[in-house]
Amino acid sequence: MSVYRRLLGLLWPYRRRVALAVLLGVATIVANTGLLATAAYLLSEAALVRLLFGLTGAVYLVRLFGLSRAFLRYGERLISHGVTFRLLARVRTWTYQQIEPLAPGGLVGKRSGDLLARIVKDVDELEHLFQHVIGPVAVAFLTVGCAVGALLIFGTAPALVALAFLLVAGIGLPLLSGLLERGRGGRRLAARSELDAQLVDGVQGMADLLALGRGADLALSAGELGDRLGSEQRRASVVTGLHLGLSELVANLALVAVVLAAIPLVGSSRMGGVYLAALGLLVMGSFEAVQPLGRAFQFLGRTGAAGERLFELANVRPAVADPTEPVPVPAMPLLEFDHVGFAYAPGEPRALDGVTFALEPGSRLAIVGPSGAGKSTIVALAARFWDPTEGEVRLGGRDLRHCAQEDVRSHLAVVTQDAHLFNNTVRANLMVGRPGATEAELATALERARLAELIESLPQGLDTWVGEHGQRLSGGERQRLAIARALLRDAPLLIVDEVTANLDPIVEGEVLVAIRELMDGRTTLLITHRLVQLDDVDEVLVLDHGRVVERGTAAGLAMANGLYRRLLDAQNQYLTLA
Amino acid sequence: MERKLVQEARTARRPLVLAVALGLVGVAATVVAYVAIADLIARVFLHGDRLDDVAGNVAVVVLAIIARSTCSWGREVAAQDAAVRAKQELRGRLIRQLLALGPGFSRGERTGELVAAATAGIERLDPYFSRYLPQMALSGLVPLAIGGYVLWLDRLSGALLLVTLPIVPVLLILVGSYSQEHIEEQWLALSRMGAYFLDVFQGLPTLKLFGRSRAEGERVARISDEFRERTVQVLRYAFLSSLVLEFMTTAAIAMVAVMLGVRLLDGGIAYRTALLVLLLTPEFYRPLRELGLARHAAMEGKVAAERVFAVLEMPAPARGGSGRLPRGDRGPEIQITDVGYRYPGSVMSALDGVDLLLPANARTALVGPSGSGKSTLVSLLLRFLEPETGTVWANGHDIATLDVESWRAQVALVSQQPYLFYGTVLENLRLARPSASDGEVRRAAELAGAADFIDALPRGYDTPLGERGARLSQGQGQRLAIARAFLKDAPLLILDEPTSSLDPESEERIRDALDRLSAGRTVLVIAHRVNTVFTADRIVVLDRGRVVEQGRHRDLVARGGLYARMMADRRAVAA
Repeated sequence: MSVYRRLLGLLWPYRRRVALAVLLGVATIVANTGLLATAAYLLSEAALVRLLFGLTGAVYLVRLFGLSRAFLRYGERLISHGVTFRLLARVRTWTYQQIEPLAPGGLVGKRSGDLLARIVKDVDELEHLFQHVIGPVAVAFLTVGCAVGALLIFGTAPALVALAFLLVAGIGLPLLSGLLERGRGGRRLAARSELDAQLVDGVQGMADLLALGRGADLALSAGELGDRLGSEQRRASVVTGLHLGLSELVANLALVAVVLAAIPLVGSSRMGGVYLAALGLLVMGSFEAVQPLGRAFQFLGRTGAAGERLFELANVRPAVADPTEPVPVPAMPLLEFDHVGFAYAPGEPRALDGVTFALEPGSRLAIVGPSGAGKSTIVALAARFWDPTEGEVRLGGRDLRHCAQEDVRSHLAVVTQDAHLFNNTVRANLMVGRPGATEAELATALERARLAELIESLPQGLDTWVGEHGQRLSGGERQRLAIARALLRDAPLLIVDEVTANLDPIVEGEVLVAIRELMDGRTTLLITHRLVQLDDVDEVLVLDHGRVVERGTAAGLAMANGLYRRLLDAQNQYLTLA
Repeated sequence: MERKLVQEARTARRPLVLAVALGLVGVAATVVAYVAIADLIARVFLHGDRLDDVAGNVAVVVLAIIARSTCSWGREVAAQDAAVRAKQELRGRLIRQLLALGPGFSRGERTGELVAAATAGIERLDPYFSRYLPQMALSGLVPLAIGGYVLWLDRLSGALLLVTLPIVPVLLILVGSYSQEHIEEQWLALSRMGAYFLDVFQGLPTLKLFGRSRAEGERVARISDEFRERTVQVLRYAFLSSLVLEFMTTAAIAMVAVMLGVRLLDGGIAYRTALLVLLLTPEFYRPLRELGLARHAAMEGKVAAERVFAVLEMPAPARGGSGRLPRGDRGPEIQITDVGYRYPGSVMSALDGVDLLLPANARTALVGPSGSGKSTLVSLLLRFLEPETGTVWANGHDIATLDVESWRAQVALVSQQPYLFYGTVLENLRLARPSASDGEVRRAAELAGAADFIDALPRGYDTPLGERGARLSQGQGQRLAIARAFLKDAPLLILDEPTSSLDPESEERIRDALDRLSAGRTVLVIAHRVNTVFTADRIVVLDRGRVVEQGRHRDLVARGGLYARMMADRRAVAA
């Protein structure tokens, strides 16, 4: 329940708009109901009195309701959408503020990509909070109150009968549907995602499928899964159809029942017969208010679950926290690992074990090793995304734990294989490296990253959108853009992590040229599993299973009969231009 | 687009007609109920009838509204049935089309995206078939039926209703086409907002490294706010069409009511009739309002439909031929003469005048820079693509004249990243020969050097693989593919080597397994390993779609061409 209270709390700053939207919502239904009821009264009065004079009030009301309803609804929709978007903006900002300190340390896990997508979906889910949950419930509550109140003027019996039917339609039917639907939604979703997965799988593996002569199998199994999804959907339609039919039935029965309840009142002259038709239409009209409650019930659970997951973010502890009184990092590019041991979680195998090295100002150090050796963990520790489990990481002689994260990172320029390119323009991506960079600075960075020619050839130049994850660029272009960004950063200590992974050898060569440019004049930590261009590196560390197993110059290690030599031999088994 | 979708609904004609018919019967039942109610009220109000006197009316009303509700129920079920059928049919056609287009088609990044969007998009067409189509028919028929009935009841009111009928669509088109554009824009913007948010989240480590993560927080707030302002601006227009519709409806009700009232004064109309007309007026407009809602729900499917039809309308390569290649006990000799191919929409030829020979039972290595046409050549050999010029001969038969399935049955493919589908190891292996016994599958796994790691899996051969199953290394995946090739036992073998080193254990086993597999077959290897080219019977060097050199390793090195340069480069980079 507390989650709903917190969700309501999110709406609190917009309480005036919320109230206005709800009032307009009530007014919309009142206008419609009033239109039909006063029209019925108008007809009855006209049939009875036969005096135009006696009708002016009713005529006036009919016109008022008839002309205002559409505008009330329009206003209600605009304001409630406005509230929704305000709410979403607020939740987005709040969520960002929760996640920002957590990334990436606090979000570790194999499926962190899924986690982020989940969070984004949860935020979007809150779109329904006001429009489909709180709004309709408030409107229904008030409108039913108005309708029952109006009926009480004519008599208790019609009012109670109407209330009973409204409750059945507003609460009973949604509960019934919920009961009949229980567990089905999940099965439907599972059937659909299985079908989607099968199709994606089939398309990706089509070469093998066709070569194996099994193309027809794909059509067959997709057909079967489609049938399964179809029968789940058919079953669901039985329930939604039932709900639909029953709500119509209840609304119409209510009309009949209220009229029947009023007949004795008319007979005993406790109520004017002239109101009989109006009474019936008033009841029928007020069902408009309870009709969206079915959907509100559905969304209630969903928004609650989404809210709960989001609020949980606030309880996640970040992997690293700034000290209360941070010490400034000295401006000396000296990076030291002193017997560093690290495990991502207690009980997990160590990603690093007793790693010691010093990257002296102006020098170059390479760390090589097979994948999974712990190379990227070193980068994460150097940037203080995590703190070591044992030992110390020092920058400029200062233990990183005593320094502010932002201060530490301001001394580093990091280019990684998964450097993120934002779905924005080339310019915006570069500006991340140096906000407020001038055109000339951007041009120089592109030039040095060997990207200037390409960008000039694009019709929109720097203002070209790079697409999601930079998809519109090739792999090599993406890496060179990341390099240009790091060039703009212009920090004294450079860390290059596997930038040529998954690149074609020719492209690898081009990227390496850009990397050289970046390394020029900077203290560099070069991390790679490809043993290329290590000649002018002062020292090479060979890492295996989190431990340093060899160290020396590239030439020396190539002579020795160790892991480096084996890696080199394996690499030489492959054609470079193939 | 709409016409195509309507065409598509042919297979679901029956349930659609049923849904519309039930909708019409439901309206008829409603009319009956209202007639009885109007009569009941008139009798109680004007003639002072008591409850007992109107019992007959009550019975009619209750029966009629039960009938109406049942129709609504049935209509929903029939409409969903129609959607399920239409989607299944469309999905089937899409899959058949994708199979006909072949993997060569979905290779490009763009087309890959298109395929993914099309397959996932079919479900989004659901509201179009289940709601919009039946509603469209009903919104044409119901107002005419009710309007006709009211015209019969009372000429003036009926005329009034029917006169407004054409005004509504005209107004809607005027406002609608304008707001439609805006709504579509908004749909796009909405999805972009979510995508932007996700993008920022995923980029957080990068932002942190650049010390920009806090500043981005302010940007998130600002962009969300800008987005809200823009959206509300747009919605002002987008809601106009429902404003118009609603206004027309309620204004018409008010007009009808006042007119009826005035005519009642001078006895120009009976009270009962007047009340019935009033009750029917909202029903007259209701289908149009529902159409607006259904249209909104169907909108999402429109973009999806465009993608689906984009794929369906692509010309698939013609793969005629009914001949069969007699299967000998040796591998076939493959002769490629003057073959050229250009991908649709591409300026450069992927292959141009390629002549090469794969001698029977020999191992030929194909090398060349990426983009030189190696994969295209493989696609042509498997007839995923058909050559634009030239011919591929197998033992003197033009393979284009052979039945595609029977030809592919003679070719085994071991690709770089073999497809492991969602299913068990056993099922994955049996893909190659569904009739294979457990023993034969095990034997093939042993020959492929895969038996050991399969036995080590948690449930052995019954371990599920694929996205939700065990994750295999690339080397293990390759060994499964080799086991499949053993099971398939085809005389022509095409092998695409991984471009970089696998785990050392896999490397050695794969080499041994491939040696066993190659014996007695014609083999084409897309070679990435030095050792493979050293031991190949022939080497073919491809560059920019042309064969630039062919021969043995030693001869090619001596020639000092591209191949020799590649070998030299390798040493230079490695040093």
